[in-house]
Amino acid sequence: MSRFSAFVKKEFRHILRDRRTLMILFGMPVVQVLLFGFVLTNEIKNAAVAILDPSKDVSSISLTNQLLSSGYFRLERNLSSTEELEPAFRSGKIKMAVVFPPDFAQQLAHEGKAQLQLIGDASDPNAATTLINYANAIVLDWQAAQNRSAAVPPLRIEAQTRMLYNPEQKAVFNFVPGVMTLILMLISAMMTSITLAREKEMGTMEVLLVSPLRPIQIILGKTAPYLVLSFVNALIVVLLGMFVFGMPLRGSVLLLAGECFLYMFVSLSLGIFISTRANTQIAALFMSGLGLMMPTMLLSGFIFPRESMPMALQVIGNIVPATWFNPIIKGIMIKGVGLETLWLNTLVLGFMALFFIAISMRNFKDRLA
Amino acid sequence: MQAVIQTDRLTKTFGHFTAVDAISFEVAPGEIFGFLGANGAGKTTALKMLTGLLKPSQGKAFVAGYDVERYPEEVKRRIGYMSQRFSLYEDLTVRENIRFYGGIYGLSTPDIRRKTGLLLDKLQLGAQADALVGSLPLGWKQKLAFSVALLHEPRIVFLDEPTSGVDPLTRRQFWDLIYEAAHQGVTLMVTTHYMDESEYCDRVSIMVDGRMDALDTPGNLKKHFSAADMDEVFRRLARPDEPVVRDGHVPHIFKSPEE
Repeated sequence: MSRFSAFVKKEFRHILRDRRTLMILFGMPVVQVLLFGFVLTNEIKNAAVAILDPSKDVSSISLTNQLLSSGYFRLERNLSSTEELEPAFRSGKIKMAVVFPPDFAQQLAHEGKAQLQLIGDASDPNAATTLINYANAIVLDWQAAQNRSAAVPPLRIEAQTRMLYNPEQKAVFNFVPGVMTLILMLISAMMTSITLAREKEMGTMEVLLVSPLRPIQIILGKTAPYLVLSFVNALIVVLLGMFVFGMPLRGSVLLLAGECFLYMFVSLSLGIFISTRANTQIAALFMSGLGLMMPTMLLSGFIFPRESMPMALQVIGNIVPATWFNPIIKGIMIKGVGLETLWLNTLVLGFMALFFIAISMRNFKDRLA
Repeated sequence: MQAVIQTDRLTKTFGHFTAVDAISFEVAPGEIFGFLGANGAGKTTALKMLTGLLKPSQGKAFVAGYDVERYPEEVKRRIGYMSQRFSLYEDLTVRENIRFYGGIYGLSTPDIRRKTGLLLDKLQLGAQADALVGSLPLGWKQKLAFSVALLHEPRIVFLDEPTSGVDPLTRRQFWDLIYEAAHQGVTLMVTTHYMDESEYCDRVSIMVDGRMDALDTPGNLKKHFSAADMDEVFRRLARPDEPVVRDGHVPHIFKSPEE
C-alpha cells in the first residue's frame, strides 16, 4: 500500500464517518439552489388584478383580454366603482388594478388618445414595479396592433427592448452560478482549513510531520477528498439548474469542468493558507466564514450588482475569486462563449491559485512544525 | 557499540534567541534516555531537530546513522514518535488507526494484517479492534499509541511527555512496555515532567536555558549533587539560587517568604 493512498483512504474514512457533516455538505447545495430558484424569484406569474371598466366597449374588452391572456395576470374581481379600489388593495387580494375611463373606445376614436390608470400595490415595491412594467408593455403591444390595423398609421417611435440570453429574466440564471461559487468555496476552503486545523488541534499533525510523508503529500492527501466532494457538488448544482430550472448549457462542458477545477484549486489554496494561520477548528471556521464566505456572497456580484457598489467595495471585490469565476460560469452556460472571451478571468484565477499555494507552502513547514 | 544518536555542538537560534546552545551527546542502542528540562529550556526544539522537523543552525546530529540535516527522509523512516496527545484518530477504530500508521510508513498490506493481529493480542485489545479509539480509556489509548509508534520497527522512538495526565498505576504499566522495547534493542528518548519517572531511565540529561547542564545515570547525578531524589537534582540545576527544602515534600512555590 503506498503511503499516499493510505493517507487519502484515512481522510475519506473521516469524512464518511461524520454523517452529519456529510449530509450538510450534500444537502446544502440542493436546498440552496431550490430555495434561490423557487423563492427568491423576480418574475411574477398569475398576479391577482382587479379591473374597473365602466365603458365596457370593444377597445376596453380587447385590451383586458390581452392583459389577462398574457399569463402574468389573473382576474381576481371586476370592480364597479372607484370606491371599491381601496378595500380591494387593503384586503391584499389584488396586486394591481386597471381602471378604464367611462368612454374608452370613443376617446380613442375621436381624440386619438385615451387615459388608462394602472394602480400598483407598492407596499411591495419590487413586485409593483415589475407588474406595472409588464402591464405597460402589454398596453403598448395592444396599441401597436391597433395602429397596424388602422388605415392611416400615426407616426410614432417605439423603443423595442430585448433581453438577450435570458429573455424571461429568470432569476435562477443568476443564482445557479452564484450558489456554485459559494458552495465550491465553502467545501474547498472552509472544509480543508477545518480538517487541517483539526490535525493540529488533536496533535496528530506532529506525528504526520515526523512520519516519512512529505509536507506536500500531507496537504494533497488532506485536500484530494474535498476536491472530489466539491466536484460532485458542482455537478449537482449544474444538473439542478438545467433540469429543474431549464438553465441552458450552451458552451463547452469540458471547459466548464476545467474552470470549476481551477476555482476549486484557488479555494483549496485559500483553505490551506487559512490553516497555516489558524490553530483550532473554531478559528479556521471563523476565518473562512468571515474572510471568504461573506465576500463571496456580498462582493462578488452574486446578490448585489457590482455596478452599484461604492468604488472601494468594487476594488475589494476584485480580490474575491468568485468575482472572476461568476462571469465564467454565466458565460459558458448562458452565452456559450469560450476561452477567447474568458481568458482574462481564467488567467486571474490561475495567478490567485499560484500565489496562495506559494505563500501557504512557505508557511506550512514553519507554522505546523 | 555504534551510537544511535550522536550530536556535535547542535545549535538552534531564532533571531537573537538561542534555543539550543551547542549540545553534544551520544545515545547507545537499547538505551532509555531521559530528556528533562523546564518549559522553554529547549528540549522541544532539540527534539524537533533530532526528528528532522527543524534544521539545525549550527553543529551536527546523526540519528540512526544519518545526518538529520542532509537526510531527514532517511531519519524519518527509522524513527517512531509518540506525542503527549497520543497521536491517534479518535473517530477511527483501533484497527483503522493501526492500518493507517502502517500505511504511511510504507508497510505492505499482509505485513500490516499480521502485525495488527500480534499487536491486538499483546495489548489484549482483540474485542475492541473495531471500536472507535475515542471510546477507549486513556491508559489503553496510550499503550496503543506507543505500540503503533513501534509498528514499523524503528530503531529509535521519541516519546514527548507520553504519560501526562495518566494515573500512577497506568504509568507503571506503560513503563513496562518501554522496558520491553528497550530490551529488544529499541532506543527510547523520553521527555517527562514527572521526576520520579526520570529515575526509570538509564541516563538522564537536564537542559537549562538551551544548554545541557547535566548528563549521567540517575544514581550518579544524585551522588554528584548530593541530592535525595531527581526532583532535588533538577531544582539545584534549574534554580541554583534557591535553598532546597530537605524533606522534599514542600514544593517551593508554597514556601512562606520568611523561610
